[in-house]
Amino acid sequence: MSLIEIQNLSVTFDAKGRAVHAVRDVSLSVPARESFGLVGESGSGKSTILRAICGLAPISAGSIRIAGEAVRDPRGKAFARRVQMVFQDPYASLHPRHTIDRTLSEPLAIHGIGKADARVVQALDDVSLDRSFRFRYPHQLSGGQRQRVAIARALMLEPEILLLDEPTSALDASVQAETLNLLARLRDERGLTFLMVSHDLAVIDHMCDRLLVMQHGQAVEELTRDDLAAARMQTDYARALFDASADRMLEG
Amino acid sequence: MTTVTTMTQWLRDPAPRSRLQARAGQLWLGWLRLRRNRLTVIGLSIVLLLLLVAAFAPWIAPHNPLAQDLSQRLLPPLSPGHLMGTDEFGRDIFSRIVFGSRITLYIVTLVALTAPLFGLIVGTVAGYFGGIVDQVLMRITDIFLAFPRLILALALVAVLGPGIENAVLAIALTAWPPYARVARAETLTVRSSDYIAAARLQGAGGARIVWGHVMPMCVPSVIIRVTLDMAGVILTAAGLGFLGLGVQPPLPEWGQMISAGRKFLFDQWWVATMPGLAIATVSLGFNLLGDGLRDVLDPRSSGK
Repeated sequence: MSLIEIQNLSVTFDAKGRAVHAVRDVSLSVPARESFGLVGESGSGKSTILRAICGLAPISAGSIRIAGEAVRDPRGKAFARRVQMVFQDPYASLHPRHTIDRTLSEPLAIHGIGKADARVVQALDDVSLDRSFRFRYPHQLSGGQRQRVAIARALMLEPEILLLDEPTSALDASVQAETLNLLARLRDERGLTFLMVSHDLAVIDHMCDRLLVMQHGQAVEELTRDDLAAARMQTDYARALFDASADRMLEG
Repeated sequence: MTTVTTMTQWLRDPAPRSRLQARAGQLWLGWLRLRRNRLTVIGLSIVLLLLLVAAFAPWIAPHNPLAQDLSQRLLPPLSPGHLMGTDEFGRDIFSRIVFGSRITLYIVTLVALTAPLFGLIVGTVAGYFGGIVDQVLMRITDIFLAFPRLILALALVAVLGPGIENAVLAIALTAWPPYARVARAETLTVRSSDYIAAARLQGAGGARIVWGHVMPMCVPSVIIRVTLDMAGVILTAAGLGFLGLGVQPPLPEWGQMISAGRKFLFDQWWVATMPGLAIATVSLGFNLLGDGLRDVLDPRSSGK
């Protein structure tokens, strides 16, 4: 049984009386400890799938199961301990008026977990942030440092599943690699399952075992990493996407 | 001297070691920004002076503010023993103004504590939850906003009966709607942000998100409005006093003192002018402070 199972998921938004189909009939499954990538251009519905899993976007058809259980509405605290998300923009995902300490201890307070001081310091160490950052505000940190804080926050509740919504696209190239390596390290240490969204095949190739190419809210093609390495795509769209980032993938 | 330098060093430490130190450091930075603007410092001094005068009124006032002495009535300013002269009952005007500061401060403090908090709660709840909650709360707000403030306060006091507590209640009930509006507008820009989504994802309930995540974003704009409105509150309180619906005689309330002095305005101008000057000065102080606080608390300028 897969840890994440999505069957025939559709997400429809109501934009002033006009129905917008952000995701149509997408199915995927991710076994425990695997990393799964969603690739596609902007507006292809890949982020919407993540948001639908978390309850931030409405599920209009289909089902989402986590470890065999259908997700409930509202998602609730048990879900929060299982699934956490890292957002794309580290400038928008941290509360501007909360110190790093407050940001990291908030999930502990919500779930009534004790020893907040020790856990916060440990979390900073885990994402290789200096302890002196603890009482700073987000605006005193760089983009890469903020994203580390966001990752630390997502891991405070020790979830099994981490949803990553383009976690590096707002960062510059050198910091991108650092952040990806950090994520890979944490995944190996903690046995995490990743569901990762990116428009960059090179990033997905670096991180994921399998991937799904999406276009216009629909699944185009599912590929394994070996398929990718051997350029065995069936569809033109997947090949076009591959060609666009092939040179950078060879470097990595 | 060395303790002072170690103290500022502790405050300026870029890597604070405890929550207390981090918070104190933030306050210190805010104070440094506040200090740069001279008008703000003047406003702050006036407000501090008001606080000191109110706190030490019995020691500052040379006479009992309620003691009448008909042989000394309507003495001009600077007469011996009466710095600002006396009123129609021979009471020392300076002493009455000094004690009146307590009443003004009492009203201002109570209104400043209750109205913004109530408005903040109504506004953030309406903005965050939206839908029917928003509709109901904002239409109630609209009803309160539809009446001129002093008229509504007058109507409330007329129903509740005159007196200082009822004046406070009436002013607070008429003062909260603008704060609810400000807080709601701010909430609408905040509610769809990623950090609120992140809090929801951690399992936070509506109350925790509104109180801990949304409200901190609205507080600065509300505080600025409060300080700018304080002058209005003082004037409304004085207006109620002037119309005889606020604080009752013989308590020394500034507005009511002006009202009493109005009869002698042409011959004994000081009876109405002195409390009028007090009201003007304190209102000006709060306005200047409000302007300065806007610069300090504006989220866009903080931390630079």
